[in-house]
Amino acid sequence: MKPVKTLDDVVIRFAGDSGDGMQVTGSQFTNTTALAGNDFATFPDFPAEIRAPAGTLAGVSGFQIRFASSDMFTPGDAPEVLFAMNPAALRANIADLKPGGLLVVNTEKFVAREFEKAGLTTNPLEDGSLESFQVVKVDMTQQTKRAVEGLELGTKEVDRTKNFFALGIAYWLYSRELGPTERWVESKFKEPYKEANLRALRAGHAYADTLELFTARYEVPKARLTPGTYRNIMGNQALSLGMVVGAEKAGVQLFLGSYPITPASDILHQLSGYKSLGVVTFQAEDEIAAVASAIGASFGGAIGLTTTSGPGMALKTEAIGLAVMTELPLVLVNVQRGGPSTGLPTKTEQSDLLQAVYGRNGEAPVAVIAARSPADCFDVAVESIRIATTYMCPVIVLTDGYLANGSEPWNVPDLSKIPAFPVTFKTSADGWLPYGRDPETLARPWVRPGTPGLEHRIGGIEKAEGTGSVSYDAKNHEKMVHLRAQKIAGIKVPDLEVYGDPGQLLVVGWGSTFGAIRSGVDLARSRGYSVAHAHFRHLNPMPANTAEVLRSFKQVIVPEMNLGQLSKILRADTLVDCQPVTKVQGQAFKVSEILNAIVAALSQQAAK
Amino acid sequence: MSVEQRTFAKKDYMSDQIIRWCPGCGDYAILAQAQTVFAELQIPRENLVIVSGIGCSSRFPYYVNSYGFHTIHGRAPAVATGLKLARPELSVWIATGDGDALSIGGNHTAHLLRRNVDVQVLLFNNRIYGLTKGQYSPTSEIGKKTKSTPFGSVDHPFQPLAFALGCDASFIARSVDIFTTQQRDVLKAAYHHKGSSFVELYQNCNIFNDGAWDQLVDKTIRDERCLFLEHGKPMVFAGGKRGIRIKGHRPEVIELGDGLSADDCVIHDETDAFLGGILARMDYPEFPVPMGVLYRNARPALEDMVNEQIQAAQAKGRPDLQQLINGRETWKVE
Repeated sequence: MKPVKTLDDVVIRFAGDSGDGMQVTGSQFTNTTALAGNDFATFPDFPAEIRAPAGTLAGVSGFQIRFASSDMFTPGDAPEVLFAMNPAALRANIADLKPGGLLVVNTEKFVAREFEKAGLTTNPLEDGSLESFQVVKVDMTQQTKRAVEGLELGTKEVDRTKNFFALGIAYWLYSRELGPTERWVESKFKEPYKEANLRALRAGHAYADTLELFTARYEVPKARLTPGTYRNIMGNQALSLGMVVGAEKAGVQLFLGSYPITPASDILHQLSGYKSLGVVTFQAEDEIAAVASAIGASFGGAIGLTTTSGPGMALKTEAIGLAVMTELPLVLVNVQRGGPSTGLPTKTEQSDLLQAVYGRNGEAPVAVIAARSPADCFDVAVESIRIATTYMCPVIVLTDGYLANGSEPWNVPDLSKIPAFPVTFKTSADGWLPYGRDPETLARPWVRPGTPGLEHRIGGIEKAEGTGSVSYDAKNHEKMVHLRAQKIAGIKVPDLEVYGDPGQLLVVGWGSTFGAIRSGVDLARSRGYSVAHAHFRHLNPMPANTAEVLRSFKQVIVPEMNLGQLSKILRADTLVDCQPVTKVQGQAFKVSEILNAIVAALSQQAAK
Repeated sequence: MSVEQRTFAKKDYMSDQIIRWCPGCGDYAILAQAQTVFAELQIPRENLVIVSGIGCSSRFPYYVNSYGFHTIHGRAPAVATGLKLARPELSVWIATGDGDALSIGGNHTAHLLRRNVDVQVLLFNNRIYGLTKGQYSPTSEIGKKTKSTPFGSVDHPFQPLAFALGCDASFIARSVDIFTTQQRDVLKAAYHHKGSSFVELYQNCNIFNDGAWDQLVDKTIRDERCLFLEHGKPMVFAGGKRGIRIKGHRPEVIELGDGLSADDCVIHDETDAFLGGILARMDYPEFPVPMGVLYRNARPALEDMVNEQIQAAQAKGRPDLQQLINGRETWKVE
């Protein structure tokens, strides 16, 4: 028996060809890790092409997971374990592997022809370039072939099961049960693939156990998380569930109009399965029809939802303006990706903030909120429906590719503890006006067609205050522009919370940078630096104490995956000199990058 | 008076808004016929919804005392689709024009018809852009001189009913703003058809394209140049002097009398998509222009199929939401 060493925190990355099943391998490892009780965070990273030419750098797909015995927020800066299934995967990922790290290589493809495809001139397994790592070489393809011998499988099909062999090795290495994956394989595959995958998984595990491949095996104790019932959840899943619960809490039907777009499509897939809950989904002919159908549904008394990514939101712009003018509830989810134009469809970015807050013709304010973690997408989704139906306005929800596909443990809420916010449709004609307003929220009444006596017409032309009739009156237009702005500005949002040390340096973020910033701030504080973190969920309107918080610090920095969009808004709104810290590489911030920014800012202060 | 006892007169469908179409516009006549038809059909005002896009014709909802939604350019079919999916019981009518439905909104029109959403589409075709003051439209004839085509249009025009049939519309019909009884018959047939009913209405823009249809619909020549279709009846026109015969796969005009009679003419069968295709392509001057229902063949409406799936799923029982949120595999932290 090998000694079992206890670790607190591990980062492991699986990398291979797009067709090698690395996403399956990663998500299975994640699921098993979740059930083992670790805290974790994942980062799937795959190319936009479904099957780029095999063996090339363009086709490399990766899945990183970090798991730990304590609470943590990011999938880790750099892996200490790398599984590389071919030369291209090795070349694309080796620079990230920590010195001294463990590299497990599938040797089958390490031949001259494959080196060429991967742009290598020498064999990295022999040229000395891997000297600083512990290299474990396994011909996984050959081993898998032996394991599945006797099953009626073609060469390609055998090849497709080798990811389970790799997974078996990984499970041995981290003392994991095979059970959860075995159960998944049994429910997912038919024979002979079921048997083949099970054999490959067990063979990988046995191979690692029998051969002297590794110097040790490891275990990561259960994490000390807040008591509760937990599940593994990805951002798009949490968001879909949140929308269902939000509609339930509002007491209205959920209608989704959507057009497939990466990385938002999974929300459409998931909600399409909820027919038994009365959810109506409509795959429209384009992005414009998707949002227009949602507006039509909202006019009919459902909550209209549309889900998209940056280019799709650009197409929906005019229709969002219609929802602003007609003051109908509408929720638009933008799962941001790298832009502009088609940009980096499978990579993450936060570059649609200005588009969300300002990107429409005319004075067209909407509520904008952003999720900070995969599980937080649930809370944000419920909140978006609450705001849309309470204030009769469009709400834009910003998440991004990093949250959408990333996963973490989720302390599943008790639904009975989430307050309801039931919609009251207007049914009485007494003193009613289509554009009359609730004195507190400034919301106009929501009337379902089919209600006798309240027949009325709405549309995109400016409305006369109260009656809602067409009006080109100059003073009325100005009044209505102000009213629409006041309504959004008056949405009640909680105050901005400050975490950490007062006065010196505030790191401000929004959305998915939460994990990296919080970890960076914690790390800096553990090294004696005085620094604090404030994170925005509500981006329009912003918390009432925003300016006060920013002004209470000597210095404010704003890490963002764009060229400084939040810092621009903060500077304009508060006149505080917020300094952007930008990264636009299609990748999330590393904790070390946040730490460096903190140290740089503080040394700049000291120098003054 | 209780809801059940009400009856509706034409005036009940007139709103209090001042109508802002140009005096003499064909839209007035269409509005009047539609309001008459709403009353004849006794559609409860609260269940009637007019959805429109942008353009002169799209002001229609403001003038009907029902629910109405004046949306954005070209997108009325998409808004109406969402509305019908959420509220299948409503009677939804789309008012649109040649630019709104066939240019900026061509994609949505195509998909509405393909999906067979149960709505009535009234396409006001005046072969010109009116609200933007006189540019050529996707139905303008080649050579047409407009503000944006001072040397004459070189764009080949759409034949709206052929377009609709190409989108697999389940109902296509045609009428003219100034035809009163025939227009009402077409609108009623459209209402009774389950699915997307696509009605082309020739409409005169007396400011930017005055007399666009005069050569077809003027009282003096109407009978010669229009073919009034009746299901199950032979296609004869010009007061019984001429008829339509199918020779090979093409229609031809035949002179009746002198050995040829109505028996030699093709019998109109609304349910025949191939015949519908021939009719949709028939145009003056080679042929008389078909009026009435060219094609009608019921097939399930989108919203019915969507709701059937929902009801079938719900019949198996509504899942517990808490269980759904919990997912398949959970673990407890004590």
